[in-house]
Amino acid sequence: MGVLLEVEDIRVSYGAVEALRGVTLRLKEKEIVAVLGANGAGKTTLLRAISGLLPLVQGKVLFCGRDIRSFAPFELLRQGLAHVPEGRRIFPTLTVEENLLLGLYGVRHLVSDAERKKRKEWIFELFPVLRERRRQLAGTLSGGEQQMLAIGRGLISRPKVVLMDEPSLGLAPRVVQEIFRVIRQIHEEEGVSLLLVEQNARKALSVANYAYILENGRVALEGKPQDLVHDERVRSAYLGGSGIRQRLL
Amino acid sequence: MRVFFEQLVNGVTVGSFYALVALGYSMVYGVMKLINFAHGDLFTLGSYLGYTFLVWGAAWITERAGLWWGVLGAILFAFLANAGAGILVERVAYRPVYRAGRLPLVVSALGMSIFLQNAIMAVWGPRFQVYPSDLVPVASLRFLGLSLPLLKVVILFLSLGVMFVMYWIVEKTEFGAAVRATALDREMATLLGIDVQRVILFVFTLGPALGGMAGVMNGMYYRSIQFSMGWNYGLKAFTATILGGIGNIPGAMVGGVLLGVIETLLAGYIPGGGAWKDGFTFLILILVLIFRPTGILGEKVAEKV
Ligand SMILES: Nc1ncnc2c1ncn2[C@@H]1O[C@H](COP(=O)(O)OP(=O)(O)O)[C@@H](O)[C@H]1O
Ligand SMILES: [Mg+2]
Repeated sequence: MGVLLEVEDIRVSYGAVEALRGVTLRLKEKEIVAVLGANGAGKTTLLRAISGLLPLVQGKVLFCGRDIRSFAPFELLRQGLAHVPEGRRIFPTLTVEENLLLGLYGVRHLVSDAERKKRKEWIFELFPVLRERRRQLAGTLSGGEQQMLAIGRGLISRPKVVLMDEPSLGLAPRVVQEIFRVIRQIHEEEGVSLLLVEQNARKALSVANYAYILENGRVALEGKPQDLVHDERVRSAYLGGSGIRQRLL
Repeated sequence: MRVFFEQLVNGVTVGSFYALVALGYSMVYGVMKLINFAHGDLFTLGSYLGYTFLVWGAAWITERAGLWWGVLGAILFAFLANAGAGILVERVAYRPVYRAGRLPLVVSALGMSIFLQNAIMAVWGPRFQVYPSDLVPVASLRFLGLSLPLLKVVILFLSLGVMFVMYWIVEKTEFGAAVRATALDREMATLLGIDVQRVILFVFTLGPALGGMAGVMNGMYYRSIQFSMGWNYGLKAFTATILGGIGNIPGAMVGGVLLGVIETLLAGYIPGGGAWKDGFTFLILILVLIFRPTGILGEKVAEKV
């Protein structure tokens, strides 16, 4: 299987503070890779650096074998890399439909009108509540609906790779279920590859093919989910006690 | 009653100029969070460019095609030339300091304002210039017992038409959605494939173009122009912007027209009101800032800061 995303020993700093201190990871075709870690571990920084929103002090990122920095950040969506950032970042004073269609902006020259309609329908099937609310201002949606909109907006261009930053943050369990149902579905049916940042380690490991655990800007541990859940350190630090195996496997 | 309607038409006409200028403030503020102090002077520049076009170039057009083509030509010329000026100003005064933060940008805009004002004075002189009366049509339209100068009617409909097109672009097209998205969250816009540099260039081009157009129409309406008028005029259009809700495109239009009407009616009906016209404007500005700082059409949903 081809490698879509390769992060090679990158370092990123905010002024004097080093947030990433040599991180290496890879994401292959049709794979979900989870990036876990406590608050402040550097997960968001990692995704923002991949997307070109932060400069690399060292190392490089290859996307489909090409240096990702040969593209301007706004060109990456067209290349097939979508980023659903932390905190949803929907446009509150635009309608739900406008928000969604802006997800096609980067590929607008490649998508016919008929295709646009189809894509929109596809997202509405994934998240039926968005169809009901499509004429509403996005700022009037609940937190869970906003997250669904943010995900739909990230998927509508049918990217090869989606970077998703804490999609379950602050959401009710029922909504988290729905979001993970969609993640599973797009992975199985569309073969989308996903770099999934989560604090909800249990949920993330349940869908991932591979996982990295970040601590203080470094990869502390990596492996297949079924191996990680047996690891004592992971269990105590991220999975909080026993009874996980049954739920996971 | 007749006087009232005439005043109302005057108010809407003057207000539509304010609205065109206000659009430029509002678009630039929306995307850059910059109050573009040079905008009023770009308005003046447009006014002078239209004047020069009429005096020098229009005789040729007027002889062959008639007065109206000279008038429309002057408006179009100022629109295009000001668009060019806007691109130049962005390139020279703003782009180099984007990374430096907001304050340097504001200072640069102030500097640009002073530069433009003095450049206009150096080129056209410090004294009033008067739009030539023989180069603009003088016919009048009779309508419900009112006598309306045709030129006024035409420029009124022209500016309303342009505003409608602007509204359509910003509110109904894909690119317009991209502009609004950029104004709300530039980084998110980038992640969606929006070339923010292009949006910035768009507002810095179209804003001055609309302002230049308003400058010519304002010149034809009031006839006399002066190099320093942009400051006062800019403040009024800025008031209109605040009145409608800064950063809000329909708001700028509503605010402009409303300000023109209020100003004209107050000046017309309060004895000695003409002298207080500008005072009213700033009274409105102060009242809006105190009681409804988000403006009439201010954001319906709380915007995160
Ligand atoms: N804009 C910023 N300026 C300075 N430091 C930052 C900034 N953003 C994040 N950091 C720091 O970088 C580290 C990693 O943050 P982040 O990537 O947001 O972690 P995570 O997403 O894993 O919670 C933290 O120590 C955080 O305090
Ligand atoms: Mg984070």
